[in-house]
Amino acid sequence: MQKFILRNFTLIRTLIAIALGIVISIFLIYVISETPGFSLKSFLIAPLLSKSRLSNIVENATPILFCGIAIAVAFRAKQFNIGAEGALFISAAVGTAFAVSTSMPIFIHIPLVLLVAAGAGAAWGFIPGFMKAKWGASELVASLMMNYVAYFLGLYLINNFFRDKEAGFLVSYRLPESARLAQFLEGTRMHYGVFLALGAALLIYYLMFHTTLGYEIRMTGHNQGFSRFGGIKIFKIIILVQVIEGALAGMGGMTEIMGIHGRFNWQMSPGYGWEGIIVAIIGREHPILIIFASFFLAYIRVGGQSLNLLADVPFELVTVIQAVIIILITAEAFLGRFKYKLTVNEAKREEAGDESLA
Amino acid sequence: MAAILEVKNIEKIYPDGVIANKDVSVSVEEGTIHAIVGENGAGKSTLMKVIFGITRPQNGTISFQGQEVNFKSPDDAIQQGIGMVHQHLMLASDLTVAENLVLGIEPKRRGIFLDDHEMIRLTREVAQRFSLEVPPDKKIKDLPIGIRQRVEILKALYRKAELLILDEPTAVLTPQETEVLFRTLKQLKANGKTILFISHKLREVKEIADRVTVMRDSQVITTEDAAKLSEEDISHLMVGRDIRTERIPQSETTGEVVLETKGLSFVNEDEIFVLKDVSFSVRAGEILGLAGVEGNGQTELVKLLTGLLQPTDGEIFVRSKAISGLSPRKVREIGLAHIPEDRMENGVADQASVKENLIVDRYYKAPYSRRSRLLWKTITDHTLDLVKRFHILTRNVDTPVNSLSGGNIQKVVVARELSADPDVLIASQPTRGVDVGSEEHIHSLLRQVRDEGKAVFMVSADLDEVLKLSSRILVIYNGEIVAHIPDPSMVSAEDLGPYMLGVKRQEDLGAEIHS
Repeated sequence: MQKFILRNFTLIRTLIAIALGIVISIFLIYVISETPGFSLKSFLIAPLLSKSRLSNIVENATPILFCGIAIAVAFRAKQFNIGAEGALFISAAVGTAFAVSTSMPIFIHIPLVLLVAAGAGAAWGFIPGFMKAKWGASELVASLMMNYVAYFLGLYLINNFFRDKEAGFLVSYRLPESARLAQFLEGTRMHYGVFLALGAALLIYYLMFHTTLGYEIRMTGHNQGFSRFGGIKIFKIIILVQVIEGALAGMGGMTEIMGIHGRFNWQMSPGYGWEGIIVAIIGREHPILIIFASFFLAYIRVGGQSLNLLADVPFELVTVIQAVIIILITAEAFLGRFKYKLTVNEAKREEAGDESLA
Repeated sequence: MAAILEVKNIEKIYPDGVIANKDVSVSVEEGTIHAIVGENGAGKSTLMKVIFGITRPQNGTISFQGQEVNFKSPDDAIQQGIGMVHQHLMLASDLTVAENLVLGIEPKRRGIFLDDHEMIRLTREVAQRFSLEVPPDKKIKDLPIGIRQRVEILKALYRKAELLILDEPTAVLTPQETEVLFRTLKQLKANGKTILFISHKLREVKEIADRVTVMRDSQVITTEDAAKLSEEDISHLMVGRDIRTERIPQSETTGEVVLETKGLSFVNEDEIFVLKDVSFSVRAGEILGLAGVEGNGQTELVKLLTGLLQPTDGEIFVRSKAISGLSPRKVREIGLAHIPEDRMENGVADQASVKENLIVDRYYKAPYSRRSRLLWKTITDHTLDLVKRFHILTRNVDTPVNSLSGGNIQKVVVARELSADPDVLIASQPTRGVDVGSEEHIHSLLRQVRDEGKAVFMVSADLDEVLKLSSRILVIYNGEIVAHIPDPSMVSAEDLGPYMLGVKRQEDLGAEIHS
């Protein structure tokens, strides 16, 4: 048992952190709400009971998942590019521009639009990647700054060249039907983008753990000195991971436009790139775990909306809960003493029979 | 004589589950030099950390000067009169000797301003009291390592240390500097100080210690008067069996030149000539040893040879093929393998598994991968094979390397580099920080590589190692080759010292080095 806990310590710690975060939020709800029982139900249960809320979870999780795996690829190589948000925004704008100005059969148009969006994101990721590889410019600062550039550049592109003047808002023309991702369940907004996201997560999992490129990425992240010594081209990896990040985030943005809105209607940056960082961390930069983390985060978000809508608790609370969970998970030392004690016991127990190889 | 330090039943388990001290009890008498010996990983350093308050044990008690103490930090230990000189000296290199000496307890004028004159006066005073000469106004970075160490000792004495702990103090010193250090320690003993001295060099222990405690496998094996034990006794107690220490005769048959450098120079970022006109050649079937005090260009030389740095001037040839300008991977493919000097920096990715560490130079080739797909089954088999052949002690092939001991991590590196079946092996500090058993094993592997007709270029700060293994020896000083010893059996460590310190150099080295 002890050994099992030790081996899966990080996972168990994550689950405890989540549980603790929920306990704290329950406490907060009890303090704030006049009708705590009902509020709790709206927060934790309601999202799972209605078709439309379940669908909300899925559609919310889709771009978060794209961004989460995108960021995980870069983080695995210890490249702290936080430009997924910008890449997502600019790619959606460029992809929209391409989609509304072309017309093709659906089975070519959809992949081509996605490809253009991914290409825009890749180019966006290339810039901080190259600056880091070539001049050692901090990718963190560069990608952060580029988020602003992406935002204003995207808006400029849409509002000046592709704005639908007949609509009452600042939105682009509608995407042609041939560039729309279908919604697969009547009466919901769930679209096929979620399968693309899941597929991408599996693909990235395979890339990271079963290909030579994934090996190079992970080793570069572990120890650059070691990788260079072994003959891995660090220069290439540093750029490539950020290109991949941009491309994946870009696809995440584009599927959202193609599947839900049908036109570019963001006047604010949607924030999926930031939530992507959160799920990448909760999911320990592992594509499969990030799938769960994305759905969990979306669930918390939708719960917050329903809590806000049905009960008397403000939406801000959700943000607090989220923050508590993230802080607990990222705090390496959380439960550290407990782990130390287990380790000590285990070491003592193993003393008698040494279980090493060779 | 009374015991100044009494350590009883110490048990220490690290967060990663390693048991470093198991029921350790030692008593140190006042006014003696007490040596703690043991292989690396025997628990010596941990014991010192416990005594000095750097880490806290699970169980056990420590009494100092008759009182039970419970240090929460090194500050507590210093307050009580314990000083420690770490293996890697803890001095601020941009500050002067005097500034380092009074760091944290500086004399002040009007309560705010540093009193430079007082600082220097205090330094002179304490230096005189213990007859340890130091230049008070010189910056640490401008001083040789032996003097820096002396500053560290003075620093402890200035803080009124009665017990001085020295963690492998001679590891970074030349034979001559070691002599001076030992004189210092004897003087301190005469002044009534107690010295706790950690080492794994038996000759030194015999030379200087009054009492010896031998540790093995995290336990104390025995504590004896040094006079009662011979070097053989100690080594037997340390390892639990006899080890060979005699020199092995060199193989006579050397072949063609495999590795050659011509006029190699390197200018670093600070525009300093780190290497000047270095030329030598290594033949098949020989080990060419490079001796020298660390920091005289060895690190850069190895990086040039392995493609990690590019020379400013000069050329490197492997089998008459110029290799400068080639990437590390190309250099490896030509047939050069490299055991790097700092295994944690270059040799391994410590969070990655044993398996992943063993393929970094070959993962992209068959049979380890096919069309970019890693073949984990083959890799696992390959790993199991190397683990067995090189006696790597690991739980399994997926164990992260950082939970292995230093000796076993080094074996992972050696296993990978030797299994690449190179024509040339560059071995830099091949046994640094590994236990005696692993050292012996690695030495025999290097000899085996030599006997297979490979060219070996070995850089080592350990003179015994250089003398024991090399077919020929070069000495490097300040980026230049200053001596060539064609027959190492004719020289001793003391003969090499003057070359290493730059006081002596051979003239007309040119042709001879290529012999």
